[in-house]
Amino acid sequence: MSRELYPNLRLEVFPTPFCAGCGHGILLGAMVRAVNEAGLDWDRILFVSGIGCAAWIPSPHFAADTLHTTHGRPIAFGTGALLANPELKVVVISGDGDLAAIGGNHLIHAARRNLPLTVVCANNHVYGMTGGQVAPTTPIGDCTQTSPWGAEEPPFDLCRLVDGAGGGYVARHTVFQIWQLIRSLTRALKFDGFSFVEAVSPCPTHYGKLNEIPTLGDFHRRMRGLYIDRKRWDKLSESEREGKVPTGELISR
Amino acid sequence: MKPTIERVPSPIPPGEYFLLGDEASADGAVAAGCNFFAGYPITPASELMVRVVHRMKEFGGTFIQMEDEIGSISAMIGAAWAGARAMTATSGPGLSLMLEGIGYAAMTETPLVVVDIQRAGPSTGQATRPGSGDVFQVQFGSHSDYEIIALAPWSVQEIFDHTILAFNLSEAYRVPAFVMADESVGHLREKLTVPETVERWHRPARPGAPPFDTDDADGVPPMPAFGQGERLLVTGSTHDARGLRKTQDSEVHRRLVERLVGKIRRAADKITRWETYNTEDAELLFVAYGFSARAALDVVMELRRRGVRAGLFRPVTVWPFPERALIEAAAGAKDIVVPEMNWGQMTREVERVLHRPVVALPQVDGEGMRPETIWQGIREIDVVSREGT
Ligand SMILES: Cc1ncc(C[n+]2csc(CCOP(=O)(O)OP(=O)(O)O)c2C)c(N)n1
Ligand SMILES: [Mg+2]
Repeated sequence: MSRELYPNLRLEVFPTPFCAGCGHGILLGAMVRAVNEAGLDWDRILFVSGIGCAAWIPSPHFAADTLHTTHGRPIAFGTGALLANPELKVVVISGDGDLAAIGGNHLIHAARRNLPLTVVCANNHVYGMTGGQVAPTTPIGDCTQTSPWGAEEPPFDLCRLVDGAGGGYVARHTVFQIWQLIRSLTRALKFDGFSFVEAVSPCPTHYGKLNEIPTLGDFHRRMRGLYIDRKRWDKLSESEREGKVPTGELISR
Repeated sequence: MKPTIERVPSPIPPGEYFLLGDEASADGAVAAGCNFFAGYPITPASELMVRVVHRMKEFGGTFIQMEDEIGSISAMIGAAWAGARAMTATSGPGLSLMLEGIGYAAMTETPLVVVDIQRAGPSTGQATRPGSGDVFQVQFGSHSDYEIIALAPWSVQEIFDHTILAFNLSEAYRVPAFVMADESVGHLREKLTVPETVERWHRPARPGAPPFDTDDADGVPPMPAFGQGERLLVTGSTHDARGLRKTQDSEVHRRLVERLVGKIRRAADKITRWETYNTEDAELLFVAYGFSARAALDVVMELRRRGVRAGLFRPVTVWPFPERALIEAAAGAKDIVVPEMNWGQMTREVERVLHRPVVALPQVDGEGMRPETIWQGIREIDVVSREGT
């Protein structure tokens, strides 16, 4: 961790419990930078998370109020805290399983309400904490503990889901697109309405090893070809887009 | 730590009203200073929520209709940690969904109030019909060990009073508190007297002190709120005094669970409430709560007219169960009878406490307890048949 982040971290709890090559630590740093970039007061910000590796990004690492909730419910907890004290900036950080599977209903309803809540999804396309089971975000064909011959169900595109449900601000980046990620997180934090940022995060330990992407470097090479910045994406033909995912600021209304 | 206690003029104009039980509970909530309500519609508790919507508009406070009961209880916990006095109202099926949050609230020592207007049967059962089958659900529904407080009102006046008391006890002990009314009380229309002033207890506070452990004998640590610069760590995982996760430390775990359970069990004599009617010389003792106690009292009065020494013990707190008071009231009784609107749930508790068999009088036909059910059930009992009833 770079020294500029020290004042906003509980240094006594470091190192993080994340595995080698996990992208969640990169998002951790990006989040702290974005909060400072947005000029928010660390005494007036509440980080809410669910259950999973991603839910440990804010709790206990961030030197702020943190609420580590039950699996799938952080958005509902955060909604209550925000309504009870509208002066709080409420930020949810959790995983794809947490926010899109068990908590999917809370996600779409929060987007529909468009309350000024920021939700950041660390999407590693898998249930990391429980050892790597298939998630509603796992791409078709990818192997996990519970889809050993390749996932068969079509996955959610979380950004399109939140867009369709009415969320005001939607962005997606991989954790390798670090400056763009920090910029979108900053804008999300300042957005007056529901904001959602999907941070695509590698999981070499539970996902990579079953899909021949064993290291962070391998993930980097693969993601560079798959995740296409919106400016380039807009110029691609239907067939060129096949199997690829647009990144960038996707919705701001 | 002790709660801070204040006495305030009742925001609901004092005087006499003729109200539905559900409505009286909503007014009780306002009197208790409830300023956050998250709910999801369910019969027979919807009237309560609908009245809260109007009351919050009138007296200030936040209402939100969530996407389901899991969302409701979760939002309440978030609100409670942001400083609110939070409440919801539901019935058996909704409470089943809330149990995850109840366990979390017990673990994180979050005060909140759940009014459970109980209906008949398992699953969807009979939505509009009375029952009191949530005796165990409120206390044991979520996994592992924890304690809660549950009150069982038998009248419109009492559901108002109990809603206030539930807030106060919940704040004082930092536990979820339930008002377990049955549909018969929720949908009963009766006189309510709103007092001039109401007492409000507030969660103990001590800035900077650890929120999850204490050396105080009562075992209740002070509770700060988000946004006060305390940089809190709140988690449903096992945690130390400051809230730091300790998921591998057996001593921290033992100490936490012991305190969560102990803070209520040790205070049971202060928390428990009950009423007795003619129990001093009773040979035949009825134990009944909620609406069933009304039918039982009717039978007791008639038996007395006929010369039978009958009495009624009415648990007002169902949890903690008033064990000592029941043992005392039952000391001279030859027979103990427990009429209830479920298949003998409290009967088990009474047997456990008294170490003797009791006569269970379950009535599970989706009707309010009738005196005739009780008369039928006690025909064979010696003291009754001897008197030639
Ligand atoms: C109600 C409930 N069901 C299941 C679990 C087990 N569980 C813990 S973490 C997790 C998945 C987390 O996946 P995700 O949100 O994607 O986070 P990641 O670990 O991948 O970062 C599950 C299923 C739980 N804690 N609670
Ligand atoms: Mg995941």
